[in-house]
Amino acid sequence: MIVADRKSLEEILAMVENNKKILILGCKGCVTVCNVGGLKEVEILASSIRIARKKSGKDIDIDINVLERQCDREYVAGIKDTVGDYEAVISLACGVGPQFLSEMYTDQTFYPGVNTTFFGGATEHGVWEERCAGCGTCAIHLFGGLCPVARCAKSLLHGPCGGSSDGRCEVNKDTECIWDTIVRKKMEQGRLEDLMGVRGPKDWQTARDGGPRRSIREELIQGNI
Amino acid sequence: MRLSYPAAVKIIQVPCTGRVDILHLLNSIEDGADGVYVAGCLEGECHYRDGNLKAKRKVEYVKRILTELGIEPDRVQMYNLSSAQGARFAEIAAEMVETVKKLGPTPVKKGTAA
Repeated sequence: MIVADRKSLEEILAMVENNKKILILGCKGCVTVCNVGGLKEVEILASSIRIARKKSGKDIDIDINVLERQCDREYVAGIKDTVGDYEAVISLACGVGPQFLSEMYTDQTFYPGVNTTFFGGATEHGVWEERCAGCGTCAIHLFGGLCPVARCAKSLLHGPCGGSSDGRCEVNKDTECIWDTIVRKKMEQGRLEDLMGVRGPKDWQTARDGGPRRSIREELIQGNI
Repeated sequence: MRLSYPAAVKIIQVPCTGRVDILHLLNSIEDGADGVYVAGCLEGECHYRDGNLKAKRKVEYVKRILTELGIEPDRVQMYNLSSAQGARFAEIAAEMVETVKKLGPTPVKKGTAA
């Protein structure tokens, strides 16, 4: 899923400082799963903003709503009759949400209430870790099912580097050296030779280096399936 | 026992403090309560396993929010006591009222809601 962290209340309060009527819009997709932009978080943020504004003696009227997804126009269109009632909208979706909203409702101001961080998963309750860099050319099967593009600080395809120490990365001692793990796994499997070959340069054009990406599925466009 | 406790305390009963939500605490502050506390069972004695520990974490979370908003976190507290400790219940009520009195009235002003 896409993982995000909520922005500080200070930052969010500054965004809507001059607004008297706002909408806080959550998303039932990834941000609900990572507990940052679902109904509960929307309600908590609304209450927190109301407390802050009552404290400063400046009224604010806050409505809340949670869309099925903010990354699909059919759901974003669901607020077309009411979106104009507000001076501003805080979106608690990932970075895609405020953009889809801004593209559809050009006169409205949409503030991002979260910082979108990475593609990952929960390793324990309350802890999320990056697993995918969205490089566009998946090759995790070549590395024992572990992605060095996302999980090595240098995205090395041949590793580990000299900064690996006791299975930890020199960039951050809390980060495992994924190449250490890859090599150990291959040794345990008796397939270390899988890592002995020299790989050609990775084509980064499918990653962000090729500019903003687009995925086109002709069969869906034609409506055949 | 006919123990008395401060009249300033309004009791809201729940089957277990595990039922207490972050929003219950926040909404109390939002609606102008000077303070709010959760009185749960003793740690390790929850009849529903860990409801009081969940409540404790929620209280801590609300304290963090209040701190972010520049409001004294001590306005929200978690206490643990057994249902057989009537005297302790009265003592806690007095303690909380005293804490809140020292902090003064809530900075969240009533009647300013839109």
